[in-house]
Amino acid sequence: MSDLAQLYQSVILDHNRNPRNFRSLDEADGQADGYNPFCGDKITVWVKLDGDQVADVCFKGEGCALSKASASLMTTAIKGKSRAEVEQLNSLFHQLVMGELDPEASREALGKLKVFSGVAEFPSRVKCASMAWHALQSAIKASDKQPDPQP
Amino acid sequence: MNGWSSTGWISLSRNMSATTAVRTDPLPPALDVARVRRDFPILASMVHGRPLVYLDNAATSQKPRAVLDVMSRFYTGDNANIHRGVHQLSERATDAYEAARKRLQGFLGADSPEEIVFVRGTTDGVNLVAQAFARPRLGAGDEVLVTVMEHHSNFVPWQLVAEQTGASFRVAPVDDAGDLDLERLAQLITPRTRVVALTHVSNALGTVNPVRRVADLAHQAGAVVVLDAAQSVPHTRMDVRALGCDFLACSGHKMLGPTGIGVLYGRRELLESMPPYQAGGGMIERVTAARTTFAPPPGRFEAGTPPIAQAIGLAAAVDYLEGLGLDAVEACEQRLVRLAVETLGAIPGVRLVGSPRERMAVVSFTIDGAHPHDVATILDQEGIAVRAGHHCCQPLMDHFGIPGTVRASFSFYNLPDEVDALVRGIARVREVLG
Repeated sequence: MSDLAQLYQSVILDHNRNPRNFRSLDEADGQADGYNPFCGDKITVWVKLDGDQVADVCFKGEGCALSKASASLMTTAIKGKSRAEVEQLNSLFHQLVMGELDPEASREALGKLKVFSGVAEFPSRVKCASMAWHALQSAIKASDKQPDPQP
Repeated sequence: MNGWSSTGWISLSRNMSATTAVRTDPLPPALDVARVRRDFPILASMVHGRPLVYLDNAATSQKPRAVLDVMSRFYTGDNANIHRGVHQLSERATDAYEAARKRLQGFLGADSPEEIVFVRGTTDGVNLVAQAFARPRLGAGDEVLVTVMEHHSNFVPWQLVAEQTGASFRVAPVDDAGDLDLERLAQLITPRTRVVALTHVSNALGTVNPVRRVADLAHQAGAVVVLDAAQSVPHTRMDVRALGCDFLACSGHKMLGPTGIGVLYGRRELLESMPPYQAGGGMIERVTAARTTFAPPPGRFEAGTPPIAQAIGLAAAVDYLEGLGLDAVEACEQRLVRLAVETLGAIPGVRLVGSPRERMAVVSFTIDGAHPHDVATILDQEGIAVRAGHHCCQPLMDHFGIPGTVRASFSFYNLPDEVDALVRGIARVREVLG
């Protein structure tokens, strides 16, 4: 596969055209914006937690195929996961796009996120792929600051 | 190739000066582009296994061997610090540096070399004017006017100095073609307007602004005109007097010269009225513990060791440009950008952003269903260098309601074949993104 075909795999193009969980969430516990000042792309990520688990996560925004597909696949990958599992995936994803991870060796842990292995060959595009994950972390952090609803 | 008639030339000439409303010069000789390209070693490179198609000239131009050689010769044979040196090398370096200043004076049409300050680039030049000229003069109730098509480097320094002084910061709009709305601009100029800062040519759209008309309006109101000439200087004959600007800033690296140097032109009496911008060696007259007096311009604004080799390289770039002839350069680039506008505009799903009355060397577009960054990545794999994004013009992108564009920007060394390569590259974008 050429570098370009590796970058724009069919799964990525599909998620770009038909992003999953592309909506807002009124009753979110946390919400955060991701912004790339170099290109002006921005997305908003909403997260709803059920105890320690991600009950719902969704996003909206404008971005390139990589940033949109990354946000979309991220939402499908983390729904139902615990915060520790999300943190682990986040770390694996960053290693993957930085070229610091053998995608084959971590195949199982990465799941569908493996389609982003091609990004490592395009250093200028790493920020596009990781923007949603940064926003997710901020959204989860923001959920910590939400006051508990009064019983 | 589309035709190129003498009437075409006249209709394309800019109407910047009342005295040169219609250009009647004979047609400039056509450039031998194949020969010219041999002067630029980098143009023979391969990128991703394909011949480089360099269409990012508005970001930075490539450098001819003459510029590279003169800088190498300086470092190899003449390198020394300038001024105050009594040894042979220092004298040679000083002479070359000051000769470069004279070269730029002639190139820009300034009255004297003292009106030419060497700075780091356009950004540095604009900041110098904002902080050393405008800041001491501005106060609450005063107004600074820019346009919405400014590069951030001619927008943010004014916004900042307005905040620092309590002056109000105003922004003149553009219409949907990407031309300045002159009527609104005229209304925005008031007796309290102190500075009107605008770009000669939009780096994002290629729009050529009617600088002289804006300058006349500004001057009637007693305002000073600061011109960002980063995108015009390498493409057309410049004359600060005909343009009517009080200050002009440009960058060496966009006009075939090295990075790290630019020029700030300022009218002599304005420069003389200004306090220093930065302090250090070279800009003083007499220093004592009690008080320091400063050198006259341009030295007052050149604290520290200046970019000596870069100034010499920039002068060589000017020699090179004038050797080709700015009229020939402009005619060649106009032909390329017209071809690009015609061919790109005819591709279904490609939308040109802006259709200015006069355009210089830049075409910006979007492709339906394809984000500019994905387009640029795919084009790069074809060896085609373009720029994608907001081009440091976020207020302008907001005006058009888009996050960014793909920008192809031309130089005289580009070929019509390279426009064709861009068209094939766009077809490839479709294939890849489906």
